[in-house]
Amino acid sequence: MRVSPFINPEYTNPSAGLTDTTLTLNLGPQHPSTHGVLRLVLELDGETVVSCAPHIGYLHTGFEKNMEAKTYHKAIPYTDRMDYLSAMIYNVAYVLSVEKLCGIEITRRCAYVRVLVTELQRIASHMVWYGTTGMDLGASTTFLYAFRDREDLLNFFEELAGGRMTPSYSRVGGMAADLTTGFEKRCRAFLDQLEPKIDDYEALLTGNEIFKERTQNVGYVSTEDLIALGVTGPVLRASGLKWDLRKNQPYLVYDEFEFDVPTATASDVYCRYLVRMAEMRQSIRIIRQVLDGMPEGDINISDTKFRRPSKDTIMVGMEELIHHFKQMTSGFPVPPGEAYVPVESSKGELGFFIVSDGTGKPQRVRVRPPSFFNLQALPLMAKGRMIADVVALIGSLDIVLGEIDR
Amino acid sequence: MNETEQKVHWLDKALEVVRNADPESVVRVERGVDMPAIVVPRELIVEVCTALRDDAGLRFTMLSDLTASDDLDRDPRFDVVYHLLSFDLNARLRVKVGVPESDCRCPSVTSVWPGANWPEREVWDMFGIRFTGHPNLERILTPEGWEYFALRRDFPLQGPGMVRLYEDVTDVL
Repeated sequence: MRVSPFINPEYTNPSAGLTDTTLTLNLGPQHPSTHGVLRLVLELDGETVVSCAPHIGYLHTGFEKNMEAKTYHKAIPYTDRMDYLSAMIYNVAYVLSVEKLCGIEITRRCAYVRVLVTELQRIASHMVWYGTTGMDLGASTTFLYAFRDREDLLNFFEELAGGRMTPSYSRVGGMAADLTTGFEKRCRAFLDQLEPKIDDYEALLTGNEIFKERTQNVGYVSTEDLIALGVTGPVLRASGLKWDLRKNQPYLVYDEFEFDVPTATASDVYCRYLVRMAEMRQSIRIIRQVLDGMPEGDINISDTKFRRPSKDTIMVGMEELIHHFKQMTSGFPVPPGEAYVPVESSKGELGFFIVSDGTGKPQRVRVRPPSFFNLQALPLMAKGRMIADVVALIGSLDIVLGEIDR
Repeated sequence: MNETEQKVHWLDKALEVVRNADPESVVRVERGVDMPAIVVPRELIVEVCTALRDDAGLRFTMLSDLTASDDLDRDPRFDVVYHLLSFDLNARLRVKVGVPESDCRCPSVTSVWPGANWPEREVWDMFGIRFTGHPNLERILTPEGWEYFALRRDFPLQGPGMVRLYEDVTDVL
């Protein structure tokens, strides 16, 4: 018999003799369903996940280090770029911590405007989550719907702050600018249109048999385990715990508004979906009350120690010019101490822990990113599930790698 | 009972619980602008945290954040800062532990809260504080093999100059 020259006579089957029954699979870092650059090392037995190890840090750029080298005002644009889907909420959280250290009481109008932009941002963030999660599970229409409607919100941010994704709208002691003329009317018109659109969103997925098959009973974790892991936000509320910092530890003027905290009990991907959809409706409810009760008056505090002088006065007044120069070079001194003011971001508890040594620059700025803690629960959720469920689980956690890696 | 009195009430209770765990366990109490803080000795942090978590009247069941801060002019140089949250009391407590530069280690609280795993890895990565008893103390945000601790105050803002992660690759283009 003639032996083919292409066959190595010493060839042995590479899998023969191996005792491993598992396969290691790299999911990411470049993978559309990881919502950024997340790498998961999955150990698979067939299609079942035996273990899952997230590897993060691909977007690490040292925001916290950079913020230590800047005055308190100059650090604000960094906060936009952490969770780039909730930039407004990050702005507000940062200045709340600085204001706590300085003992600043903001004006009522400022507090209302902050609640307004926070809730608009929450809707925008949930829209991105809705669109991408739907697309991960094969429903590409959701993505188109959500991004179409998010455009209106980004236009609002552009109108108010000049930036769409990275507005940097908040300032210590106030806002960068007051509301624009006619904003209230346009915002109301938008909300009226938004409600039927959310009905459309729900019509696509809530009763969808395929979506339910993919999401129900996937990723159960008990409330105790979630708490022990530090998980907050909609993921925790979907496990049945009614915990929302806007309600339980109110900041700004949230205690003046009527809204419900949506919860669900099954703690699976489907419940997290339901909670977020209900939260969008509650945000609309809050924004309507904000617009109804928007107080007149100044948006910035009158204390010129912290406030930058307005541009018109800089051009004509010597004192104001000196003041502006001081603010821009050395900043304002912040009393020594520590402050951590948690707020409810679209992903969970967000807070800036700031340590001041009494100078114009912080000694330490620490962000408590909700996604960082939420992602820690992924190995627990993925264990024993199919590999396709991992995609649904990543979507249900609503992670943003920008804030995880910072 | 108004809000401030209630605050004092649970803080006294917390101090009592912590002192019951070990009489030496409270070095200092600080009334911060946002929440009260207690400073505890490094060796007792696990006992203190376990007591705060398990006491039926306190139930600080969530470690909402763990981080560190660095002050070059002070001894001990580092502070490891724990932010605890109690759902029952609706209260927050800050626990701080001093860590000197000469002996840069701190007991891990991953046995108390599994959620401390990643934050402790981050503190190791950024400040070089070793957490003894941690199940997997590896760098988390910077690449493996990186040899600096970037958030230390004496680390330059622009980094240590050109860093080559792959020494053998000399010519990329």
